[in-house]
Amino acid sequence: MTFRSRFSAFALARNALTGHRNWQAQWRSPEPKAAYDAIVIGGGGHGLATAYYLAKNHGLSNVAVLEKGWLGGGNTGRNTTIIRSNYFFPESTRFYDLALRLYENLAHELNYNIMFSPRGVLTLAFTRHDIEFQRRWVNAIQMTGVDSEWLTPAQIGRCVPAMAIEGGRFPVRGGFLQKRGGIARHDAVAWAYARAADALGVDIIQNCEVTGIASKSGRVTGVETSRGAIRAKKVAIAVAGHSSRLAELAGFRLPLESVTLQAFVSEPIKPVLDLVIMAGHVHVYLSQSDKGELVIGGGTDAYPSFTQRGSYPSVEQTVAAMLTLFPSFSALKMMRQWGGIVDISPDRSAIIDRTPIDNLYINCGWGTGGFKAIPAGGWATAHLMATGEHHALSAPFGLGRFARGILIDEGAAAGVAH
Amino acid sequence: MLIIPCPWCGARDESEFAYGGEADIVRPPAEVSDAAWAEYLYVRDNPRGKNRELWFHRDGCFQWFVLERDTATNECLSAHRIDPPGEEG
Ligand SMILES: Cc1cc2nc3c(=O)[nH]c(=O)nc-3n(C[C@H](O)[C@H](O)[C@H](O)COP(=O)(O)OP(=O)(O)OC[C@H]3O[C@@H](n4cnc5c(N)ncnc54)[C@H](O)[C@@H]3O)c2cc1C
Ligand SMILES: [Zn+2]
Repeated sequence: MTFRSRFSAFALARNALTGHRNWQAQWRSPEPKAAYDAIVIGGGGHGLATAYYLAKNHGLSNVAVLEKGWLGGGNTGRNTTIIRSNYFFPESTRFYDLALRLYENLAHELNYNIMFSPRGVLTLAFTRHDIEFQRRWVNAIQMTGVDSEWLTPAQIGRCVPAMAIEGGRFPVRGGFLQKRGGIARHDAVAWAYARAADALGVDIIQNCEVTGIASKSGRVTGVETSRGAIRAKKVAIAVAGHSSRLAELAGFRLPLESVTLQAFVSEPIKPVLDLVIMAGHVHVYLSQSDKGELVIGGGTDAYPSFTQRGSYPSVEQTVAAMLTLFPSFSALKMMRQWGGIVDISPDRSAIIDRTPIDNLYINCGWGTGGFKAIPAGGWATAHLMATGEHHALSAPFGLGRFARGILIDEGAAAGVAH
Repeated sequence: MLIIPCPWCGARDESEFAYGGEADIVRPPAEVSDAAWAEYLYVRDNPRGKNRELWFHRDGCFQWFVLERDTATNECLSAHRIDPPGEEG
């Protein structure tokens, strides 16, 4: 255990008096040890949360997180931060609701302001088929005990006055709201888990790329890295779009394709939108950040890529979809655009499981929607690593579902999955 | 924006095409294990670098062809016609 002074209003005032020069580093940056009980590859949200829960829930603190770049530099720090648990299938609803419940208390648990803002997530219906499916969707979610309510176009118009309900290419015909859903600060989620894990003794090691996975008689023994070989009794892979590469190093393949997903941020404007809007049919989703910028996302690019740039047709399609809903936004300038490499699975559901190598575990397949899952993904991966058994909540997300045909086909059910 | 060299029409914008998955995936014989069938349906190489892919010229000649592309740079390397069955070579 390392001593960490707590963040508080008092600490803020005290540090203001010394010009904010005396803040303690949020985590140590140790040299890698020769051996660990467990190594987590990937310093995104899922890897960092896995390390934290290994230490917190299972008392395993001789643990390292190895990150090839900087913490959150992958998809975690590139995402549009929508958090909700209104998935269609009960397996998903239960899993994402665990994540949401953990998010609700995360700032307190980790003593870190992750700026979780449960402002409500509104999913829009544009066609008769949308209405039929979404009303069924609302019922399915309520059956699992999760909040969700159907809104009429008139109610939606009152919630989002800036939106064109009538008159656009696709008039809004209804929608459903999850009030507990919202957004959070993405970097803060990664940093909060890193700081809390470090305080429990976990080594957070950045600029350390894993280049090989060592095993003996079918059992993992450690990893090769850009900073030398490190032995480990257990290893987890949590590298999103790079999962197939790590699997290749270990000698197996995965049911994944890596594609670019883009996002954009507009110039800041006065408050105009206080809900998160998801519009799958026209394919755009957006929210307004505390700084006033609109944070906008759409569909993935149409083909695999590792470039983190993104294709222009996706930009055009996303912006066109936004302008059908919010014609007044046509005057806005876009400030930034970027891409992340997301790991798309055949049924658009995540994979948490063992691998063909003993004591080597995988957490991947979060695709376009795994930020909201970070607390539960880490929690369940730590459970599997520490106990050797799935928790009931993550058991449906194993690799075996593909051969057994028990898919959790959120792709077919929901379309947009952010 | 990819400029894709269709082997029938020449260079065109990516928006005219549809990606059709990795090329060279071979359908197993009818009697296979569930694991082998799942492997065929779902498991992919997903390489970072040179990839052989099927593409469909949806807004052009309506032909399927094989594109060699580098997924690390998005560079289109070469495109090849798919010979109709029985006319290989
Ligand atoms: C534009 C965009 C918008 C999104 N919007 C949302 C949203 O609104 N809501 C939502 O829930 N989700 C969203 N997502 C998805 C979400 O961002 C991801 O599912 C989630 O962040 C995945 O977290 P991770 O920890 O698995 O991966 P990452 O955050 O990508 O972390 C993986 C880490 O592994 C590291 N790594 C890779 N290879 C190696 C190696 N060989 N050695 C060491 N380290 C390695 C990488 O550098 C990276 O830091 C979005 C994604 C994108 C790109
Ligand atoms: Zn053509």
